[in-house]
Amino acid sequence: MPTSLVLVQLFNGLQFGVLLFLVAAGLTLVFGVMDFINLAHGVQYMLGAYLAVAFFRLTGSFFAAAALALPASLLFGLALELGVFRHLYGRDHLSQVLATFGVILFLNQGVKIVWGAAPLNMALPELLSGSVPLMEGLRYPVYRFAIIGVGLAVAGGLYVFVNHTRIGMLVRAGASNAAMVAALGVDVKRLFTIVFGFGAMLAGLAGVMVAPILSVEPGMGDQVLILAFVVIVIGGIGSIRGAFVAALLVGVIDTLGRSFMTDALRLVLPPSPARVIGPALASMGIYLLMAAVLAWRPAGLFPAKGRT
Amino acid sequence: MVGSARVASLAAHWWALPFEERLAVGLFLPLMLLPVAALGLGGYLLVIGERAMILAIAALSLQLLIGVAGLISFGHAAFLGIGAYAAGILASHGHGTLVLALPAAILSSALFALLTGAIAVRSRGVYFIMITLAFGQMAYFVASSLAPYGGDDGLTWPTRTLVFGTRVLKSETVFYYVALAALGGVYVLMGRLVGSRFGRVLRGLTDNERRVEAIGFAPYPYRLTAYVMAGATCGLAGFLLGNEVEFVSPAYMHWQRSGELILMVLLGGSGQRYGPIVGAMTYLLLEESLARFTEHWKVILGPLLVVVALFGRGGIAGIIERWRLGELSLAMLWAACGAIARAQAKRVMGGLRQAEAVAAGALDRAIPRSKASAAAFVARWRLSKMRVGEAVVSLALIVDRSISTTIARWRRR
Amino acid sequence: MTKAVLRLNGIEKAFAALKVTDCLSLDVLEGETHAIIGPNGAGKTTLIHQISGVLAPDAGRIHFDGRDVTDLPVSARAHLGLARTFQITQVLASFTTLENVALAVQASAGSSFRFWRPAEVETPLNAAAMAALATVGIAARAPIRAGALSHGEKRLLEIAIALAQAPKLLLLDEPMAGAGAQETHRLVQTLGELKRRYTIVLVEHDMQAVFALADRVSVLVEGRIIATGTPQAVRTNAAVRAAYLGHAA
Repeated sequence: MPTSLVLVQLFNGLQFGVLLFLVAAGLTLVFGVMDFINLAHGVQYMLGAYLAVAFFRLTGSFFAAAALALPASLLFGLALELGVFRHLYGRDHLSQVLATFGVILFLNQGVKIVWGAAPLNMALPELLSGSVPLMEGLRYPVYRFAIIGVGLAVAGGLYVFVNHTRIGMLVRAGASNAAMVAALGVDVKRLFTIVFGFGAMLAGLAGVMVAPILSVEPGMGDQVLILAFVVIVIGGIGSIRGAFVAALLVGVIDTLGRSFMTDALRLVLPPSPARVIGPALASMGIYLLMAAVLAWRPAGLFPAKGRT
Repeated sequence: MVGSARVASLAAHWWALPFEERLAVGLFLPLMLLPVAALGLGGYLLVIGERAMILAIAALSLQLLIGVAGLISFGHAAFLGIGAYAAGILASHGHGTLVLALPAAILSSALFALLTGAIAVRSRGVYFIMITLAFGQMAYFVASSLAPYGGDDGLTWPTRTLVFGTRVLKSETVFYYVALAALGGVYVLMGRLVGSRFGRVLRGLTDNERRVEAIGFAPYPYRLTAYVMAGATCGLAGFLLGNEVEFVSPAYMHWQRSGELILMVLLGGSGQRYGPIVGAMTYLLLEESLARFTEHWKVILGPLLVVVALFGRGGIAGIIERWRLGELSLAMLWAACGAIARAQAKRVMGGLRQAEAVAAGALDRAIPRSKASAAAFVARWRLSKMRVGEAVVSLALIVDRSISTTIARWRRR
Repeated sequence: MTKAVLRLNGIEKAFAALKVTDCLSLDVLEGETHAIIGPNGAGKTTLIHQISGVLAPDAGRIHFDGRDVTDLPVSARAHLGLARTFQITQVLASFTTLENVALAVQASAGSSFRFWRPAEVETPLNAAAMAALATVGIAARAPIRAGALSHGEKRLLEIAIALAQAPKLLLLDEPMAGAGAQETHRLVQTLGELKRRYTIVLVEHDMQAVFALADRVSVLVEGRIIATGTPQAVRTNAAVRAAYLGHAA
């Protein structure tokens, strides 16, 4: 395994992790503050990508498309909240699961109706389409670096926001004990809406950034959603810090696992079974990680509700 | 004379049975007679019947988790796939016999349930949902990566499971009755389970965990056992499903299938034992009819789920139970709607009368200047519209009152 | 010497900077009714949680019936004979009154990993359950859904559930809380009859009930026991009066 390949995959893992963080951050906040399990968060991500493609077709510019797609996906998220989700707060988890599952079906199919089932593509922005030399014989795409950069910047911003602003404090308090926050006289409805909208926008941002490098198709949000769940479970519900650490962990381990598991197995097994077991083990990788973390800490690494 | 007396006594006997048993007969009797109908209406009826019964078994096993143990598993379809793959893999190697395949399906599902449940059951609520979802997807991906067994494309079975060397299951009618027998067995088993000591502890833990813990029952062993039992039962359903289609693919384990299973349980009603059976059949019927309607039938199914989630307390079984207990009836429905409508009508009437007063005042002010002025014309037009509106609302109130009186008289008779 | 059914040794519990239980030691002797009283915020609830097993102490050991139970979970302690009632009544609302108690009997009547036989026809369970219900006086309500019982009846049901566990110790958490005068009278009567047969730890605010029922009283103030003795002795203790009335009497 040449170091250059490992390095490339490491960066890919970071990039993947950063995207997962953007999706998971909103999800974990919504769980933590509103105790609302939102399966439809993945379609928020998908919508971000579709809106980016749609606006790109209109404007021809990636940055214009991004600038339009972000508020559009925020509006969409707020519309969903107002129309459907608001009625589900305080309901039992089963109803929430069923209703948000219905939203997924509706939007996945809706997207198929509007844009067709074939995967869509979008060109990289001119400015970021080059590649940067990392070391001897190794170049890495600028765009992917940009994704990592944006993701880290958002993470930093979120950290400042949650830990050093008043609203952030309310969010943290709400994640710890929402009923108490309401009892203290805070307008919880508005807080919920802000948290939800924010999370939706983050997921949309991830979708927008991913549009040029992945094929945009119906159902693309589903697997990302499940990975986001894994991230949240590992990191601890309601904890942004946990989501960050877990997202990077999941991203790196998953990417490295998929690239190198078969080769790693070849060191101990003959090539034929290695080729069968390798991909299977690689796909199981992060779930095994989740199981291992839960066996050690059933509430995740940094649970917001504290440990007794 | 004697004949009719016997019929009368049989009838009395019948009505004396508890409702649930009567309903069970009402469900299973038509199922038993379906192959007869299929002789005339076509063998496709048998296939749909089998599919419904197999999914009903899966839904019943999920009900043990959702309804009795309070565990919302979003990865239950994994057991369908594992059961089908276990039997299918054995079949592809030439060992697809009942003696090997059936235990393999059940045991491998039970093992998966034990391993994943050991981790998942330690958590509650939202964590449990997400963890089961994740493990379900894990199974899906592992199956997708099994290249020698078809990977993403799935595995075609050479033939249905051999029973002691014979291909007796090849006959659709025989397979149908095997599936029916399995459903009947699972139905009885679930009933016994819920009423047993074990079931009581589970129900208690779901009702008030603190209380039951303080009595001396640790939740974990009981819930884990329930999880393994549900998984094994669903593995049986998977065995049957693979046999029915003679094919298995990772899609059986996709999380959307898990979601559909949850819908079946909720649609039918998780509070009654017959709920999942009704739910499975209703869902299949819905899927078949909607799919004939449009290729994009999920666009309709999606909002339906939202409606069920928001309003469907107790599912179809819940509605049946409330009807039975007299809590729900057409008369009450009319009364409830009537009350809402009447309140609205009074509001509208009040608003109309107010507006009429204003318009009449405007008319009075306009007339001194000129009868033919535009303001007078507009005011008169508004006034006449209001009067028509009032007449319509009054008529509606009269109709409503007469219907309510008729219903009340009919109830009193 | 009468054996100590419950022995707390140097129990400490702190939540961040707040020390809720401070080097607490307590003995409950077999057959006695031992009341724990104290002003609000003294740490009574936390103490009960530690005795029953909901919370683990930061330091110190808890011995129940001669065994060290400090590391045992709630259900294990219940199995050993520690029965508890809750301040906010916790009954199984969807079960009948009888089934609530039958479940408690079931806990000590063999394995509950039985999957076939219907539990509701098990006569020994039902008989023991009815006996417990009769002791507290609500046997007539046996077939009623527990959720439909009146508040006072639910409290009695709680006690019946505790009795059905064949307990070595009854831990009663403010049984008079929220009870009206009539209810309190009935409860005191019932507890008065139970006194003779069971060892009871009674955490209470209602002083009349405490003085009517308790053999010994311990006073808990700011996480520490400041006095233990007969009700009369405690009543006249200077430190206790200072704690309650805010000045030395």
